[in-house]
Amino acid sequence: MKKRGSSKFVISCYTVVMTLAIATAAWAISDAYKENIYNPGALKPIDSKVKAKVGQLAPDFTLPAVAGEKIALSQYRGKKNVVLSFVPAAWTPVCSDQWPGYNIVQDMFNAHDAVLLGITVDNIPTLFSWTNQMGKLWFPVLSDFYPHGKVAQQYGILRTDGVAERAVFVIDKKGIIRYIDVHDINQRPSLEALITELEKLK
Amino acid sequence: MIKIKYGISIMLMLMILLGGSIGWSASLPIVGGVMPDLSPGFSLPKPKDGVVIIEIFSMYCPYCQKEAPNVNKLYDKIQASPNLKSKIRLVGIGVGNSSYEVDVFRKKYSINFPLYADGDFVIHKKLGEPRTPYFIGVKINSDGSHRIFYSKLGEFGDVDAFLAEMVRLSGIK
Repeated sequence: MKKRGSSKFVISCYTVVMTLAIATAAWAISDAYKENIYNPGALKPIDSKVKAKVGQLAPDFTLPAVAGEKIALSQYRGKKNVVLSFVPAAWTPVCSDQWPGYNIVQDMFNAHDAVLLGITVDNIPTLFSWTNQMGKLWFPVLSDFYPHGKVAQQYGILRTDGVAERAVFVIDKKGIIRYIDVHDINQRPSLEALITELEKLK
Repeated sequence: MIKIKYGISIMLMLMILLGGSIGWSASLPIVGGVMPDLSPGFSLPKPKDGVVIIEIFSMYCPYCQKEAPNVNKLYDKIQASPNLKSKIRLVGIGVGNSSYEVDVFRKKYSINFPLYADGDFVIHKKLGEPRTPYFIGVKINSDGSHRIFYSKLGEFGDVDAFLAEMVRLSGIK
């Protein structure tokens, strides 16, 4: 009986430790955002079931960009490789320090004939004021706000609380998905991994 | 009885783990204090009777990107001074940046001073998780001991004024 109790105890401790280890968030916030970053704490790493698959045609979409135009994924077909960077929400810790990094490596995207599309489920005014803190971005930022998270839903990365996963999709010039990284929402995806995938498109 | 013991043990474990990750992290470097041990990721250089200026940055931080040319100017001014060149070391620590990402930052801004990667935020946590950029000035004494004389968030502004402040606050000749 005591032995059964001990195993239960070990299992409980293990569960607690593992849950916390998995949920640990890590970020460094730029002073560019001052005290305006909302910290949601550590979140469930992944909270959706991805529908899109590597090797399949990427679901097409048209979304409004912060700059005013509408952008369709299909407009790049036959012309450019496309990287979709979904991030969960404006004004949150990891998201705020992800796109500014991509902003200084335009040459790496150009070298692989790729464009980058940043997408969140926030509305345009929110995205406008948030991305203004990042400096001038060279890539379009798209709003998947209404119908809410429709594109994230299409790709199967809309979380149960209505934000998108932190996810990267690499789509080749034929419109085929070549790489999917639905990342732990609490952590930034590796730049090196993304560039390595772009190198494979040659 | 056993259940109560288990309950208490789990509560204690939760408190220790949560405390480590949110409430009880290290404090920011304090002027007059000493640097925490940042090894194995970083070892404090020890220029005798000299100064180490540490920039905490991230390649993902817009202000660090904007500040990079200014920090380069600071390095160039130090290198151009026969007196300060041997006394002041400038280093950067890329918090949450892999070696690859630090290298991207180095190449993008043609940075000539040493940069270190802190990919897993270990150093960042030991320094009290400062926002970036963050600058720390450390005076190295002749006996090898040291003292923090500057610890501040944000860009440093005018290069000449900042360098003069580093000399004045550290007391180096």
